Amino acid sequence: MSSLLALLFPPSTTRNMELSADVLIILASAAIIFYLTRWHRWKYLWREWLTTVDHKKIGIMYLIAAVTMLFRGGTDALLLRAQLAVPNNHLLGPLHYDEIFTTHGTIMIFFMAMPLIFAMFNIAIPLMIGSRDVAFPRLNAISFWLFAFAAFLFNISFVIGGSPNAGWTAYPPLTELAFNPGVGQNYYLMALVVTGLGTTATGINFLVTILRMRAPGMTLMRMPMFAWTTLVTSVLILFAFPPLTVAMVLTLFDRLFGTAFFTIGRGGMPMMYVNLFWLFGHPEVYILVLPSFGIFSEVVATFSRKKLFGYSTMVYSVLAITFLSYGTWVHHFFTMGAGAAVNVFFGLSTILIAIPTGIKIFNWIFTMWNGRIKMTVAMMWALAFIPTFVVGGATGVMLGAVPGDYQFHNSYFLIAHFHNVIIGGTVFGLMSGVYYWWPKVTGRLLNERQGKWAFWLFFLGFWLTFMPQYALGFMGMTRRMYTYSHGFGWSSLNLISTIGAFVMGAGFVVMVYNFVWSQIHGEIDVTGDPWNGRTLEWSTPSPAPEYNFARIPVVTDRDAWWAMKQEQKTNVVQIKPQEITDIELPKSSGIPFLMGLSFFVFSVGMVFSWWWIAGAGFLGFVVCMLVGTFDYDDHKEVPRQEIQNTESAFGRLQG
Amino acid sequence: MNLPVEPDSTAKLPLEFTDNHESLKILGFWSFLATDLLLFASLFAVYAVYQSRVGMQGPSPDQLFKLGPAVVETLLLLTSSFTCGLAVYQMRRNHKRGTIIWLAVTLLLGVGFVTTEVREFVSYIAMGDSWHHSAFLSAFFTLVGTHGAHVTFGILWAITLIIQLMGRGLTTVTTRKMYMFALYWHFLDIIWVFIFTVVYLSGKI
Amino acid sequence: MSFKRSKRAIRFIFMALAIGLSVSGCGNDFVLLHPAGPVAASELNLIEITAATMIVIILIVWVLFGIALVRFRDTPGNKAPYRPLWDHNKKLELGVIAVSVVAAVIIAVPTWNKTFALAHVPKGKSPIVIDVTSLDWKWLFEYPSQHIATVNYIDVPTNRPVLFELTADSPMNTFWVPQLGGMEYTMPSEVLPLWLEASKPGLYWGRSGNFSGSGFVHMTFNVHAVPASTFNAWVRNVKTTQPKMTMADYRQLLKFNWIAPRYYSAYPAATFPAETHGFTLEGGMYMEMQPTPK
Repeated sequence: MSSLLALLFPPSTTRNMELSADVLIILASAAIIFYLTRWHRWKYLWREWLTTVDHKKIGIMYLIAAVTMLFRGGTDALLLRAQLAVPNNHLLGPLHYDEIFTTHGTIMIFFMAMPLIFAMFNIAIPLMIGSRDVAFPRLNAISFWLFAFAAFLFNISFVIGGSPNAGWTAYPPLTELAFNPGVGQNYYLMALVVTGLGTTATGINFLVTILRMRAPGMTLMRMPMFAWTTLVTSVLILFAFPPLTVAMVLTLFDRLFGTAFFTIGRGGMPMMYVNLFWLFGHPEVYILVLPSFGIFSEVVATFSRKKLFGYSTMVYSVLAITFLSYGTWVHHFFTMGAGAAVNVFFGLSTILIAIPTGIKIFNWIFTMWNGRIKMTVAMMWALAFIPTFVVGGATGVMLGAVPGDYQFHNSYFLIAHFHNVIIGGTVFGLMSGVYYWWPKVTGRLLNERQGKWAFWLFFLGFWLTFMPQYALGFMGMTRRMYTYSHGFGWSSLNLISTIGAFVMGAGFVVMVYNFVWSQIHGEIDVTGDPWNGRTLEWSTPSPAPEYNFARIPVVTDRDAWWAMKQEQKTNVVQIKPQEITDIELPKSSGIPFLMGLSFFVFSVGMVFSWWWIAGAGFLGFVVCMLVGTFDYDDHKEVPRQEIQNTESAFGRLQG
Repeated sequence: MNLPVEPDSTAKLPLEFTDNHESLKILGFWSFLATDLLLFASLFAVYAVYQSRVGMQGPSPDQLFKLGPAVVETLLLLTSSFTCGLAVYQMRRNHKRGTIIWLAVTLLLGVGFVTTEVREFVSYIAMGDSWHHSAFLSAFFTLVGTHGAHVTFGILWAITLIIQLMGRGLTTVTTRKMYMFALYWHFLDIIWVFIFTVVYLSGKI
Repeated sequence: MSFKRSKRAIRFIFMALAIGLSVSGCGNDFVLLHPAGPVAASELNLIEITAATMIVIILIVWVLFGIALVRFRDTPGNKAPYRPLWDHNKKLELGVIAVSVVAAVIIAVPTWNKTFALAHVPKGKSPIVIDVTSLDWKWLFEYPSQHIATVNYIDVPTNRPVLFELTADSPMNTFWVPQLGGMEYTMPSEVLPLWLEASKPGLYWGRSGNFSGSGFVHMTFNVHAVPASTFNAWVRNVKTTQPKMTMADYRQLLKFNWIAPRYYSAYPAATFPAETHGFTLEGGMYMEMQPTPK
């Protein structure tokens, strides 16, 4: 019994912070359970959310999960910055600091940015291409639940068993049992494998959806830019995640079964892991940023009331980036002795990939040129991206120049660079998307004044946090140091950076307040087209009915909805009562949720080497598969009358 | 893969492509195979680098492998790929019984393959050459074992398919599943050809 | 934004920069900007080229962006042209591509040259060899020609290349002395070479740049660059006054802790791999290994 307790609560975790987190989690769970029971909401929750296969609801769930994870990852970030605010600080000890920077990085990449991207895919893509759902709705739900349970698994490591502590890149042999006993690293590995499976399924889903389910008339070159970037992101996912899965599983084998892949001795080769990880890692960078590029293209065009400039150049740039992104991974380890020729090759490919990216930035500026720019919050996030991202891109080129990287590698210059591109690129883009599509999924507009406060706090906080870090790189400060002493001259810049981080935190708080306030008091979007939009999602009511389109629109132009409005033909999206037929939709299913749960049980078993629990989880997975394959009753018909009622309630019946 | 769906051309299409929903799943499955291929490619890359890293005393590929079982496995799997093709041929001719019989033969050959492979593994481990010993052995067991796990999954899949074919006959759904299974099986066959060449043959040279 | 306001903003930015520089010690702490040897100087030179090119690109983007933002706002009475269908312009797009390509070439050429140039110790100079092993959490330095060893401290002669042969008996670290040049990984069962040179005497700090566990922050060391005669005197001093390192001492060093500098007048040969994977270290290469001619 005592050994079990020692496993679940190793000495390193019995600290005040974990205990208070434990108490908070238990209290919050009790409150949720009480609320659900008191108001008889269990059934509602199960029927409407846990079993849903509707892409719009899945999108909302991704959004909620991502914002929650942003809170967790952001709290981690503030703890890190608080620790580094002054030299010789002992707010966090080294053990604790190591865990927090690891969970910060892992959560932000895999459990914040990725789900937020998938939220945007789910919310916008089917509506944008004029489709009633994604290609595989049930698989879509499975993806979500795999992600959700993986995120849950990763987060409970904080309170049970100990967090991983080897950085988000988790290079062996530091992650091997010899240097890293305990279960923390197992949590990291299992969570990434499980969420990786879900992500791969999402990639397949949106690839097929976009290739095969576009509205009639929407050729590839008439697709909205966001559909293009989603398409190539999906392809990138398919090719990038297998190496990650292999890297994770091999490390797991080393830890659980004593194999010799990355060990010291017995022929293990840590360098192999580094290659596999970055074979995934570099495309992952573009997986993170390309969807945002798509969102900027939509938002900038909409709020400049103008066509996107250089559409075909943009498409070819995106394709070039996709192709080149597989040829740059070694630039993450120029300093591992690959030799001059190899380094030069990957340095030049890195400089090369900056060209299409640069072209895209100019095209967004030319999209604004000769337009009429309207400063909504969505547009402000998109506009903030351009001057910010160009700095991140520029420092990226400086890192790509090989001998420069010898000095910058692993320094705060690098930290500033990738936060500059991931926040300034990915996060700004996703925030723009959230503010842009929010009315489409919720039916309410977000309050603009609160939104602007959130934006300015976050934006200024960002510059304040990360610009000093470039300078710290020049002063020789390296990453993942839990403390530093006087005498290096790092103190004042670190303090400024910490202040900036807290300003960003304030921005996040205002943003969440904005979300909640607007959901209760926000202006209701009655038109379905609050921004005078250009693409098909704005032709539907807000929120769109379950079947999205009563009548699938026929597309004749690139900005389909804009063209319809120009030609005064908006009534083509409305349907005549006599034309209404039953619509076949996928039926809700409990299998995706139960499958996620099975993977969770399996993972817990693997993490603690409790094989019978792992076996039970695996059995659950097999049962879910069997039930799924014999379940032919996966569709339902929305009857004609119901569609007619819905459409007439929106006032969208012709005649 | 944009297939024509006009009524006149659908008449010429195989049954599994006639339903739009079902044909989407075939494209989806091709995408899955692409990502699975990358998984194997990564494992092959690991093996290729590790095959010379045999540790202090561990056996080298040349000392470890016995070609006998590998040849038997190859014959079994290649034959099963052929019988799987015959099953699809029977399906195209709308012969339910023939489809099921050839699928069952495929399944049995698959079981033979997995049994031989397990016996091979057990014989190595009995000699003391388990995957703990060296990076080479770890990579070998992981690469070949991953393929074996895929085949095992395929066997379970074939069983559920036979049950569905017997119960429901050849419908757009069951033919689609059958077609996907065949893609999967041929895919594993191709992977095996690479394993046989890269692992066993080049190990023996 | 009016012209006057933007001017004020620019003044503000410069003031902030000036304050930032002055509070951080007038720039002396910016170690990357104060190279003390040819390798670091060459790397700084490339950093300057790339930074200058990139600042030009950044300024072009910022200025164009600023103009677009000010001129094309959706305000009543805005007289700027509004052309909602203007979506391509061949000359403009080719111009953008040309600018990007030119910038890329400006950076690519010196990158190519310097990467190859830094891959070798300059011809005609014979380097002094130091074998470096990163341990948890300390640095072990061994001088194979002088037969002495140190922990967390080295003396090097000035104006003579130093060839560091890097390995680890621990998780990965990187060996970094910013004022002498860029970093290189230390990895178990691999040996990577790195050459640096100090052209002026001084005390330069170095540290590990790659996280290797809870004590990683303490993996610092000092490099003392001194004239050759002083260096030789130091070696003699270590040889005569310091104890010998035994295997037992080495095993003590493997313990997970951090320690003050130590000096040894001799060390066992088994502590550093003689050869790895068919590579020898005789080539004097930087970040590249030469296969043994058999």
